[in-house]
Amino acid sequence: MTPGTFLPSDYLPIMVMLIFATGFGVVTLWVGRYFRLRRPYAEKLEAYESGNPPSPPPRFRFSIKFYLIAILFVVFDVEAIFLYPWALVYDKIGIFAVVEMFLFIFLLLVGYAYAWRKEALEWEK
Amino acid sequence: MELLWILVKILIVFGVVMLHVAYATYFERKVIGHMQVRMGPMRVGPHGLLQPIADGIKLFFKEDVIPTPADKQVFYAAPLICLISAVSSLAVIPFFEGFAIANINIGLLYIFALSSLASYGVVLSGWSSNSKYAFLGGLRSSAQVISYEIAMGLSLVGVMMMAGSLNLTDIVHAQMSSSFKIYLIPQFLGFFVFVVAMLAETNRTPFDLPEAETELVAGYFTEYSGMRFALFFLAEYIGMIIMSCIGVICFLGGWSGPFHVPGLPFFWFVIKVYLFIFFYYWVRATLPRYRYDQLMALGWKVLIPLALFNIVLTGTIKSISG
Repeated sequence: MTPGTFLPSDYLPIMVMLIFATGFGVVTLWVGRYFRLRRPYAEKLEAYESGNPPSPPPRFRFSIKFYLIAILFVVFDVEAIFLYPWALVYDKIGIFAVVEMFLFIFLLLVGYAYAWRKEALEWEK
Repeated sequence: MELLWILVKILIVFGVVMLHVAYATYFERKVIGHMQVRMGPMRVGPHGLLQPIADGIKLFFKEDVIPTPADKQVFYAAPLICLISAVSSLAVIPFFEGFAIANINIGLLYIFALSSLASYGVVLSGWSSNSKYAFLGGLRSSAQVISYEIAMGLSLVGVMMMAGSLNLTDIVHAQMSSSFKIYLIPQFLGFFVFVVAMLAETNRTPFDLPEAETELVAGYFTEYSGMRFALFFLAEYIGMIIMSCIGVICFLGGWSGPFHVPGLPFFWFVIKVYLFIFFYYWVRATLPRYRYDQLMALGWKVLIPLALFNIVLTGTIKSISG
């Protein structure tokens, strides 16, 4: 096949679906504009804080734990994705697949044990 | 012509799913009501049957309050991101033999991709609202969703190994020709991890910390009202239906059943999805909410090792018997 001529026609419905979903959301919001009330006043438009006037701006510094979780997620999710192609051809590659499984999961467990040991998985110490 | 056919299919699926979302809320209130020895909605229509329609009309006409401190563009975009990723996931679900809007080879991967995209909507809404509750809710929710996504991704690897495909139709076919007919029996560990991760992914009780009313009001969508709130709500319920569908397809044999029901090829599929939805409500009425550190510990220290063990177990058994 010449490069540039491949048309992923199986994915056409997906594209239509994405457009449809976007259209649905935008159109409902847009049509609704002509029907709903609009009576804003300053107090109503404040950020909700159980009726108190909003105290210091909400974009404060937050726990470093969230960054740690995000980094661990990147590592483990990529490893999970690497398992997918392996799982799909498991039947076809025979004994190699089994050896590879133990190797890969062993490596993953080393990283996992390290994270656990360093208390990266503890929320509160 | 082909495009028209696709559109018709989309409209049918979307219409049916929207109807289910509407009545899933009614069903939820009725189930939980009766479990708590109350009646649930009774006023609108016979036995409150028109309640979801009244709710829909109310939400449509409600004032759309956009708080002054909010970051407008992002605030507008966030509910749309949630909705688009939830609705688009429907495209690959095979509801019965030969009926899926798009029968693509990477079905399962596509669903994972879209459910990851949905967490953008959550983070962005939490951030753009510029309100404390929304901010904390968004943070919590994103950390929770990404933690359980790993467990969920790993729990389905066993199914992929047995079926040898990511195509949802092929997974169902592989199950029909397997010795147990459903993967629930050989993959019970995977199923357990999947169900727990499913509850956490859709932010349902006992893992509904992002929207824990008693501490965070409504979590990341505190500042949203009217139709924008409704879009989040729709996305959450469609997400529940999608997760139920994935559970049914990967573990319970999809549209296959003990006997053939003439004229209703989707009969068994729908029954199994209803069971899952009922399970969601049953859990909600039964279990108290987790604490945040317990939630993270459960995800990282129990579910991920269990899912990995399931992969090793499946691999070993397959190569011994294979």
